[in-house]
Amino acid sequence: MEKELKLMKGNEAIAEAAIRYGADAYFGYPITPQSEVIEYFMEQNPIERTGMVVLQAESEVAAINMVYGAAACGMAAMTSSSSPGFSLKQEGLSYIAGAELPCLVLNVVRGGPGLGTIQPSQSDYFQSTKGGGHGDYRLIVLAPASVQEMYDFVQIGFDLAFKYRNPVLILSDGIIGQMMEKVEIGPQRVRRTMDEVIKQCPWATTGKTANRERNIITSLDLVASRQEEFNRKLVKKYDTIREKEVRCECINCDDADYVFVAYGTSSRLCMKSMDLLRKEGYKVGLVRPITLFPYPSKIIAGLAERVKGFLTIEMSTGQMVEDVMLAVNGKRPVKHYGRVGGVVPTPEEIVDAMKNFMKGE
Amino acid sequence: MAELTINDIIKEENLVYKKTKVMTDNVMHYCPGCGHGTTHRLVAEVIEELGIQDKTIGVTPVGCSVLMYNYLDIDMQEAAHGRAPAIATAIKRVMPDKFVFTYQGDGDLAAIGTAETIHSCNRGENITIIFVNNGIYGMTGGQMAPTTLSGMKAVTCPRGRDVNTMGYPLHITELIAQLPNVRFVTRQSVHTPANVRKAKAAIRRAFENQKDGKGGLSFVEIVSNCNSNWKMTAVDANKWMEENTFKEYPLGDIKIDWEIQEGKISLRNRKLDY
Ligand SMILES: Cc1ncc(C[n+]2csc(CCOP(=O)(O)OP(=O)(O)O)c2C)c(N)n1
Ligand code: SF4
Ligand SMILES: [Mg+2]
Repeated sequence: MEKELKLMKGNEAIAEAAIRYGADAYFGYPITPQSEVIEYFMEQNPIERTGMVVLQAESEVAAINMVYGAAACGMAAMTSSSSPGFSLKQEGLSYIAGAELPCLVLNVVRGGPGLGTIQPSQSDYFQSTKGGGHGDYRLIVLAPASVQEMYDFVQIGFDLAFKYRNPVLILSDGIIGQMMEKVEIGPQRVRRTMDEVIKQCPWATTGKTANRERNIITSLDLVASRQEEFNRKLVKKYDTIREKEVRCECINCDDADYVFVAYGTSSRLCMKSMDLLRKEGYKVGLVRPITLFPYPSKIIAGLAERVKGFLTIEMSTGQMVEDVMLAVNGKRPVKHYGRVGGVVPTPEEIVDAMKNFMKGE
Repeated sequence: MAELTINDIIKEENLVYKKTKVMTDNVMHYCPGCGHGTTHRLVAEVIEELGIQDKTIGVTPVGCSVLMYNYLDIDMQEAAHGRAPAIATAIKRVMPDKFVFTYQGDGDLAAIGTAETIHSCNRGENITIIFVNNGIYGMTGGQMAPTTLSGMKAVTCPRGRDVNTMGYPLHITELIAQLPNVRFVTRQSVHTPANVRKAKAAIRRAFENQKDGKGGLSFVEIVSNCNSNWKMTAVDANKWMEENTFKEYPLGDIKIDWEIQEGKISLRNRKLDY
């Protein structure tokens, strides 16, 4: 079969991928730089194409709670936002994690804190990987570095969400969301019938039929010992995810003396910087975590046995660098270089940062 | 004549009342005399009578009725504080053939969840909202609610609600009635048998409005009590409610089938009211 190729913005690719995946519902609220997601959905009118529900909510708070409601019915439901809106979604995400519901969330990160800027940033790493909302919970976090990955991670994300009954976050940034690239589009999948939903999600609130007990979706348990038991169950789930779902790309690491660690847009910049450095004879590699939770700690720990140092490149004041330090555990120097507030570093300044690092500065 | 025994009385033909099978046997946690329990029962009875137990999804709030899902034998979702209408919106949108309702207190619906309430009503989601207005935050120990009466004491307004700094009792129900996509708005109570019957008829209508295909949102306010936090006996609380709360929140239908009932909504003027 001919491959279907399309030139798309990252934000549009997300929406098209969701329709083609056979997602059941999208709820969103406009915010730059991701408004194209809901605009593309509205333009496509997926209720006509596949029967998928799309609704502009009154706020991000409402949107994520709509996702809760649809997800609790066993539906493949999603929302998207950018940093200030993602903050508002933390309440809902905590409840979704607590009720063990599957869903997909996209954050096209912009600079903060506060209203910050509409320019790209990677400053929501802590919020995304360490919980974000209240209570002990984790999101599965996927970090795309291309428009193609924006497209592909919708399917991967939904599949992981249903496999583990856990919210999945695609952590993108203003560049990946806004830029246009060629995307290979998959075939249109048919949305599940109600019978298939019930079969896949026997826990869902689809109406209490005579052949089963009532289904209750809640994150509340007033008995402390039972709540503790539940917390431990979640930890077990997260441990399984840590064991089985790590995704990471290692480029030129086999002979590397020093490695960059970077995800998303920063990893693309590092690709260029790495080429420039290699041309000058420096043996530099790149570790690109694709899942930020679970973090590829073991891979980094393995590299720490033989490389001389790790330089993280992030568009933040240094967030992921803490996870690299934990993985390296003091064995090698770990440093951070980044630009913030919506400023994107050039490959040349990253080259200089690495040279300084290698000199021990 | 032989003496009548209990077994002579317990007979099918003597049956005047039966617990609906849509209620579970779980012991309710409500304070004796609280209106929540009665209101739960009415919702359950309506679900049974309409034969929609297998098609109804309920959404519980954060408030004293958070555990409503323990008492109704239907599929239910527990919402974050104030978010029930957003959740109900999604449930109805993805499963339009289901009967969907929220059950919310006044803090939940008219304070933290005001946006979700107004906008689900404005969209005319074809759902039923049961709004239990007891003029106070029951669950958290009697703090002021948006519906707390002027001058009424609560633990966060120990000298009484001062309308100049704390605002007037919020008539969210009258606000909602003015939204064109809202179909049915009524205010009832459950503190006497006669009122219970009226409230049940209203709840029934609100659920029936989900099945004739005409759409629109149905909103049933139950003016209720919180004897524990009002610091009154159950009987005194009901009497106090009749004498005070009903003056602020008069009972009756406000809007039926998109028609605002005559004289039910008048502009409130600060000087005239107080
Ligand atoms: C986000 C959030 N804020 C505050 C609370 C604490 N809280 C629980 S119930 C409640 C008020 C409930 O009052 P109401 O909605 O009137 O219900 P009632 O108990 O009176 O029936 C509050 C403030 C909470 N659970 N979540
Ligand atoms: S605290 Fe008030 S609202 Fe809550 S159960 Fe008791 S009487 Fe009812
Ligand atoms: Mg209350």
